[in-house]
Amino acid sequence: MIEVIDVTKDYGGKRAVDGLSFTVSPGIVTGFLGPNGSGKSTTMRLVLGLDAPTRGDARVNGKHYRDHSAPLHEVGALLEARSVHTGRSAYNHLLALAQTHGIGRSRVAELVDLVGLHDVARKRAGQFSLGMGQRLGIASALLGDPATVLLDEPVNGLDPEGVHWIRTLLKQLAAEGRTVFVSSHLMSEMALTADHLIVIGRGRLIADTSVDEFVRRASGSRVLVRSPHATRLRELVLGPDVSVTSTAPEVLEIAGLAASEIGDLAAQHGIALHELTPVQASLEEAFMELTRDDVEFRTGDLAARPEEVAA
Amino acid sequence: MTSSAATVSVPKLREHGRVTQARVVVSEWTKLQSLRSTRWSLGVGFLLTIAFPVIFATVTAAHWAHMSPHDRADRHPLDIALAGVNVAQLAIAVLGVLVITGEYSTGMIRSTFLAVPKRLPVLWAKTGVFAVVTFVLILPAVVIAFFASQAILQTHHILQISFGAPGVTRAVIGGAVFVMLVGIFALALGAIVRNTAGGIAVFAGIFFVLPPLMNVLPTSWNNAISQYLPSNAGRTLFSLHTDPHNLHPQWGGLLFVGYCAVALAIAAVLLVRRDT
Repeated sequence: MIEVIDVTKDYGGKRAVDGLSFTVSPGIVTGFLGPNGSGKSTTMRLVLGLDAPTRGDARVNGKHYRDHSAPLHEVGALLEARSVHTGRSAYNHLLALAQTHGIGRSRVAELVDLVGLHDVARKRAGQFSLGMGQRLGIASALLGDPATVLLDEPVNGLDPEGVHWIRTLLKQLAAEGRTVFVSSHLMSEMALTADHLIVIGRGRLIADTSVDEFVRRASGSRVLVRSPHATRLRELVLGPDVSVTSTAPEVLEIAGLAASEIGDLAAQHGIALHELTPVQASLEEAFMELTRDDVEFRTGDLAARPEEVAA
Repeated sequence: MTSSAATVSVPKLREHGRVTQARVVVSEWTKLQSLRSTRWSLGVGFLLTIAFPVIFATVTAAHWAHMSPHDRADRHPLDIALAGVNVAQLAIAVLGVLVITGEYSTGMIRSTFLAVPKRLPVLWAKTGVFAVVTFVLILPAVVIAFFASQAILQTHHILQISFGAPGVTRAVIGGAVFVMLVGIFALALGAIVRNTAGGIAVFAGIFFVLPPLMNVLPTSWNNAISQYLPSNAGRTLFSLHTDPHNLHPQWGGLLFVGYCAVALAIAAVLLVRRDT
């Protein structure tokens, strides 16, 4: 269980997190979504007591992180930034962390095997690839068999097999009743793993919703219509809940009416339709739509094209 | 690097312990001895502490016949025996800074603070482990350096001094205590500055730049102030002859301990308050 209560964080004059509140429940995978620079990593650092909030309160399993007497048993965390001494072997890294809680060597060996680092455990972590580094980070997160897991961009740098492994692991952890909180800037990744979504932009909460609800809102919202009498049709369909945009003569994009309703209306008034297509907005587009005003770093003209900004 | 992607199950952990100061000490010991750079620095510190006195004793003995009475009067056997301390202090100071700044530069500090979020146990454990390791290593080194340099000088029947002579035992052990305290002071500076180059620069500034700068002052001021500088106060621990412008060893040593305590206290306050 993670509770973030009206948290604000300023770095110098810059506001990284702005009055953010949400709760992460056990037993499900909660995705933490937002564009780069939206405050995801900062929020996680605040929850983990690495940074102190300027205002507000962040608690894990009912307490401030610092007040837990055995934090590794309560919370396992994988940070986005590297947090391993490059000169130390993976095994000794995990051992040093384990020893702070009196966790034994057999447990360290167990975790090394679990994440598949057995063959390289005695190598210095500085020689690890990004993917191996992520696996080491996950091993340290799971060392204390924690009730809550926070993973910041865990699939970064992993190969397809590794990505699949992470998805399976997250679902398994949630199924065991743990609180699983995973950040990502990729909607498509979250759609596959998460049950619930917390979406932020520029440090503010944009959405706190189930993935199903998010998908429902995102898809089938517009209908593309092509007709020689587009102008007449436009006047007919316009209403309080209906908006119409036009990208070309004879082409309308209608939001707020189902394709069947538009077709019936056209038939009643004898308007010929050359095309009538419900448009499925992709999850990525829905995410872009939602965070359009909150993207921290715009890429000039490219910002108008969703697929390029999402990457 | 293979793992079955089909099923992943995290093995249960039977016993749940809690963070204690003793456990953090064990962890910091693992960290210290599992780095190649630590082992190298400590090894070099140990060898230099012995090598320099041996070299100086050999050179002094070889040139003794050609030295003027004035030059001969300027040589003191204890200065030769403890010449390595001046070199070892630099190796240990750099390592002291690195013990903490190495964690900041690599990001390890975040893992450390996730495991020990109260943070202060980490500072105490790091300081304690590093101090004990340094002392246990440098103490035999200065004792070996004393007897080795004396053995060389003895074959030429010059500059003899007994280990039991007044103040000698204190000065030899004081050499190891001094190096240990320098390590603690440097570690605290590293924790305050959080940057390897910065930490070493501040240390060098206080220990090697500040003392000669005092010569710019009027002599009476210089004599009054210099003895209270950390380096000069600390050096009294391993010097035998009492200079009228230097503190008595016990007061000098105590003052240096005070400087270390103040530096550690500042480090502790900042460690708890600052974001990581």
